Amino acid sequence: MFSTFLIKYGEIAIKGKNRHLFEEALVNQIRHALSKVDGDFSVMREQGRIYVDCEGDFDYDETVEALQCVFGIVGICPVMKIEDRGLDELGNDVIRFLEETLKLPSAPAGHAGDRKPDLDLDRIENDSSRVTFKVMTRRAKKSYPIPSMEVNSELGGRILDAFPQLRVDVHAPDLLVHVEIRDMIYIYSKVIPGPGGMPVGTSGRAMLLLSGGIDSPVAGYMIGKRGVVIDAVYFHAPPYTSDRAKEKVVDLAKIVAKYTGPIRLHVVNFTDIQLYIYEKCPHDELTIIMRRYMMRIAERFAAMDGSIALVTGESIGQVASQTMQSLAVTNEVCSLPVFRPLIGFDKQEIVEVAKRIDTFETSILPFEDCCTIFVAKHPVTKPNLRVIQRSELKLQEKIDEMVETAVNTTETIFVK
Amino acid sequence: MTGDCRVRGLDGEVYLDNSATTRVTESVCDMVVQTMTEDYGNPSSRHRKGVEAEHYLKDAREKIARTLKVSEKEIYFTSGGTESDNWAILGAAAANKRGGKHLITTAVEHAAVLMPMHALEEQGFRVTYLPVDSKGRISLSDLEAAICDETILVSIMAVNNEVGAIEPIEEAGALIKRKNPSALFHVDAVQAYGKYRIYPKRLGIDMLSVSGHKLHGPKGSGFLYVKDKVRLHPLILGGGQQKGMRSGTDNVPGAAGLAQAAVDAFVTMEEDHARMLLLKEHMTESLSQLPGVVVHSEPGERGAAHIVSAAFTGVRSEVLLHALEDRGIYVSAGSACSSNKKQTASTVLKEMHLPAEQLESTLRFSFSRFTTEEEVTYCLEVLRELLPALRRFTRH
Repeated sequence: MFSTFLIKYGEIAIKGKNRHLFEEALVNQIRHALSKVDGDFSVMREQGRIYVDCEGDFDYDETVEALQCVFGIVGICPVMKIEDRGLDELGNDVIRFLEETLKLPSAPAGHAGDRKPDLDLDRIENDSSRVTFKVMTRRAKKSYPIPSMEVNSELGGRILDAFPQLRVDVHAPDLLVHVEIRDMIYIYSKVIPGPGGMPVGTSGRAMLLLSGGIDSPVAGYMIGKRGVVIDAVYFHAPPYTSDRAKEKVVDLAKIVAKYTGPIRLHVVNFTDIQLYIYEKCPHDELTIIMRRYMMRIAERFAAMDGSIALVTGESIGQVASQTMQSLAVTNEVCSLPVFRPLIGFDKQEIVEVAKRIDTFETSILPFEDCCTIFVAKHPVTKPNLRVIQRSELKLQEKIDEMVETAVNTTETIFVK
Repeated sequence: MTGDCRVRGLDGEVYLDNSATTRVTESVCDMVVQTMTEDYGNPSSRHRKGVEAEHYLKDAREKIARTLKVSEKEIYFTSGGTESDNWAILGAAAANKRGGKHLITTAVEHAAVLMPMHALEEQGFRVTYLPVDSKGRISLSDLEAAICDETILVSIMAVNNEVGAIEPIEEAGALIKRKNPSALFHVDAVQAYGKYRIYPKRLGIDMLSVSGHKLHGPKGSGFLYVKDKVRLHPLILGGGQQKGMRSGTDNVPGAAGLAQAAVDAFVTMEEDHARMLLLKEHMTESLSQLPGVVVHSEPGERGAAHIVSAAFTGVRSEVLLHALEDRGIYVSAGSACSSNKKQTASTVLKEMHLPAEQLESTLRFSFSRFTTEEEVTYCLEVLRELLPALRRFTRH
């Protein structure tokens, strides 16, 4: 019965003259997301709305799940689309719609966090005796002979007759029945939350420093949510990190790519640089110096890919290398802005997002990444920039060449 | 067929992880393909195709029975070592609980034995876990002290999978029959079958678990020998195959492949054994000469011929494993130990009371009858070269 979805989008609507660009990007992203779902879908823009039409057989849950991964979508409304066969038939259809709506399968868990669906189905199912409703008609086709208000009251009356347990409440109804009269008539009521944000491709490109941990995939997701195209760089340290650790990072990139679209993942062999730092520099400064070289290398790839910012999963004070002082020292080598969307998040808050976007289970697989293998027992927590710079002088002899080699021997994986 | 495998073995990879799994040989592969693509019938079917398939099953059972000198009626095909162990323990406990609620096993068994034991403890059974010495072996006096009138099952592995310790199965069998003749004796022979001649009737063994893929057979194949008259409940219920003791459509390719692998292993067993023993001596002697290397495996016939376990102090096993992998050499970490606290050191090595630095630096090298001296020599060369380099970089 539901063969159409009405896509609601929020922030796009306020983008003034750029609006059509945003809408086009959103339509493209929706098409991309649905290309992985079986079925024939057409995505249309019509009078400030986006509709997804499903022709023939399609899987309802799978379609909704795919749409819930598209940034820019605030809500997904399953729509009953009917031909105009007069007000009497419309009344029958609305009743049929309500019968169906009240037992709609509940949608998979939403990604939009604290947004609530407009309609509390559980409440209605459990306690339908006190449910209130309101019909809201929009007559986009002005040639329709009956004014909206009259349609409202006519349909309202029919509903009251059919469902004696329902009551009308025009101010705060539990159930809002939308009836849109266009060339066809669209009836919808349920709003499934989308992830919000802005469609990917509307904000530029950024380079994510992706590890196998919990934080960096979440950081990538959050920046992607602002419409940014994401590429990623991963530092691999064989034999200290295994191929499984690399696989895990590819798997994480795949999950993030479900939201952000394809990701170019650069796998840098970092072992020699790490060992060289280990040999030449004080061990308690190892991590911070290592992070500085990671940033430098990430900027190289950013330049190649056309990224205009770096993204990390850092959060103040989480570990020694993420104290304010450490962040400042790491930041000093970057010429691009470094976006740290998790900077004010607690671990628990990060974990919650990771679980919601489904990266958590993969992130906690126990393979070592290159950040943990040489960690000193007591790394510096308040590094002094000048001291660190002095330590790095000890690397002068070979480090530039090693960075060059690392960049040139990098394996780039196209993750989609 | 053997020649072929050996040539391929040198083809850029040195596989010294044969206790994890083995390469399927040509003859086994042919048998599996034959029973999957041509004689693919279901032995339970009434028609000719079914009868044909049943012949393979019967034939497989007979071949295996012959290697153990038992009746083919006493062989039940399973999905592998884990199912065989689970079935022997859970099935025997369920069938014999009226005779008592005490079981005995060792502290160094495979998880396929330990986990069912833990599950039985939760059901109110009492389990004694025999300790082992620094070489991984139990003591017979401990066993003797543990056996009581309540004991219904003793489960001891023949060869330890991590260090290659050989448990005193024959003496244990005699001891059990003397102290409590009604107690059953189960042996996990996953690492021993196809490497040693084991005759259950002579050794007082009532049940014996075997896995196919450890001896060049297919994964998902295995069997449990169950001595006639042993009281055992089935674990898997269904269509009543294998006399109702193990339901599920008969895995003909698995059974036929496993039997072929067993036959092949037994044909040249003595010379293979002698050759692997030499490889082990070569390896352990060379390793002992390297600084900071501690060999856990026992020399000569006191330890399994195909397993060498050694600690490389100062290098974490996983790092050495990946460094070897980089040179085409595949081995196992004696213990999985990393910064992630969820992974803990191997229980076997812990039970042997090895110092912590050895726990986290142990590797296991395991041979098959196709392993060559060149491969072992190459591995030793690579180790000699890698160890000093890796020891320069350690966590502090």
